[in-house]
Amino acid sequence: MSSAVTRPPPGRVAIEDVTGLRERSLGQKLLSSQPFWVTIALIVMALAMSWYQPEAFASADNFFNITRNFAFIGIMAIGMTAVILTGGIDLSVGSIMGLAGVVCGLVLQAEGHWALAVLAGLLTGAAVGLVNGVLISYVGLPAFVVTLGTLSGARSLAIVLSENKMIYEFGPWGDAFNAIGGGSIVGVANPVWVLLALAVTFSVILNFTNWGNYLYAIGGNENAARLTGVPVRRIKLQAYVVSGLTAALSAVLIVGWQGSAINALGQGYELRVIASTVIGGADLMGGQGGAYGAVIGAALIEVIRNSLLMAGVDANWQGAFVGLFIVLAVLLQRIRTRRSA
Amino acid sequence: MPLLELRGISKHFGAIEALKAVDLTVDAGEVVGLMGDNGAGKSTLVKVVAGNYLPSEGELRLDGTVKHFRRPVDARTEGIEVVYQDLALCDNLTAAANVFLGRELKRRIGPLAILDYKAMYARAAELFKELKSETRPRDLVRLMSGGQRQAVAIARTRLANAKMVLMDEPTAAISVRQVVEVLDMIHRLKDRGIAVVLISHRMPDVFAVCDRVVVMRRGRKVADKAVASSSPEEVTGLITGAIQAA
Repeated sequence: MSSAVTRPPPGRVAIEDVTGLRERSLGQKLLSSQPFWVTIALIVMALAMSWYQPEAFASADNFFNITRNFAFIGIMAIGMTAVILTGGIDLSVGSIMGLAGVVCGLVLQAEGHWALAVLAGLLTGAAVGLVNGVLISYVGLPAFVVTLGTLSGARSLAIVLSENKMIYEFGPWGDAFNAIGGGSIVGVANPVWVLLALAVTFSVILNFTNWGNYLYAIGGNENAARLTGVPVRRIKLQAYVVSGLTAALSAVLIVGWQGSAINALGQGYELRVIASTVIGGADLMGGQGGAYGAVIGAALIEVIRNSLLMAGVDANWQGAFVGLFIVLAVLLQRIRTRRSA
Repeated sequence: MPLLELRGISKHFGAIEALKAVDLTVDAGEVVGLMGDNGAGKSTLVKVVAGNYLPSEGELRLDGTVKHFRRPVDARTEGIEVVYQDLALCDNLTAAANVFLGRELKRRIGPLAILDYKAMYARAAELFKELKSETRPRDLVRLMSGGQRQAVAIARTRLANAKMVLMDEPTAAISVRQVVEVLDMIHRLKDRGIAVVLISHRMPDVFAVCDRVVVMRRGRKVADKAVASSSPEEVTGLITGAIQAA
């Protein structure tokens, strides 16, 4: 491990500068945190758009739409954060979403209770996550390959189960099910409330529990974590199950909102989800990131998308802008770590 | 009664005999230097004591009772702590988080157990003070000097009531000034009655800090004598095989 090698202090630095390093104040921590700068970017962009398009952008309707749109991605990005913290990746979240959505639809179509549909959807996500987790942490296969496999496998299963048809005849419990993802409370869409609750819960878990601490430790130095007695395999397995669960949760909400389940649901979402976490400061090498960052990253992408639409930019350019922001985010991260190291 | 007693320890890996009938005793508060060329069996011996390997033959006694360590955790619960060569630190965590990794202090709020940062920072600060290291609990390990990193790895061994600390090349990759710091820390462990087994290639370190030097060659123990009655020249001879045994 290179961590054992002492990094000599850069040239022309007095010894006092090194030994006298102050513990970082809250302000300094904030200034060197990526989510902080992404939040600033988000605010600036929102203000600019409010000034440029006060009626269209700064309306209650648009706020409702934007927040709901990024809630689906944000929920998945929180689960993805758990995986990325360990230094892994989950490419299968979009397909898990599709499969879980189809399972929900099938249960409802068979006149199953809405609670059963929700449960079946979540279990589907957890099951695919479990397959990912077992293959990655116990069999020892690379996360990229395994989740690429389930990306293909789960999507194919969704197509088979749905017989390649849209499922929209939801039976007697359909309305109740649709109310979960499609409804709103005090003017804010339900998925947004779910996202907020999840973000708060995960912030607590990541910062104040063993489990959260172990995710960071595994991402920082997996071998060290193992030697100090951290149950590395179990924690990694659980991270993939969590990611599968959040993808399924998002599927439950989006199917309810759309009132139908199609097997193409969530196609390509894995990239948007990963982009959200990276823009929000997660390090793909592991050990760095957080729930707030994932949410704010998802929000930024959606606001960019929305703003471009309103500015009349051809929708086909969206991908280019999102790509630009991903690269900028990673660049910013690189600059910050170089300065603080 | 010695703290640790190894009798006829052998370890085979297939046809390779990494250890051949090694006997070794270590008393409480004793610092033993373990020397030998690469592949002489030092690391294997330490790994047997640390619970990484179960010996093929022989027995290991701790305070007179026979122990079978199957995992590092088994050895740790019996009071044997290890400072690994790469220190086993997570760069992205704070000093305190590293010290307590795998043994976090928790506090209950209703049904939830949450990390007790306050207690961990306080305890880590105490440990660093005890080691006379200028390491601060809240600093990220990424930003630390080699000596401070060593302090974090050594502080970790002081969490529980360790009886013995095994150190694998703790001074291999650090500056001269930091070597002095680490040797001081070894003295402090000794002052507390903790036995230290120090694997090192550096003759001056062994002669500065150890009571006894044990030399391994090709899986056998070829010398085990008080540092005071040996010399670097003799030890060098024993390591290379120029002197057969002593």
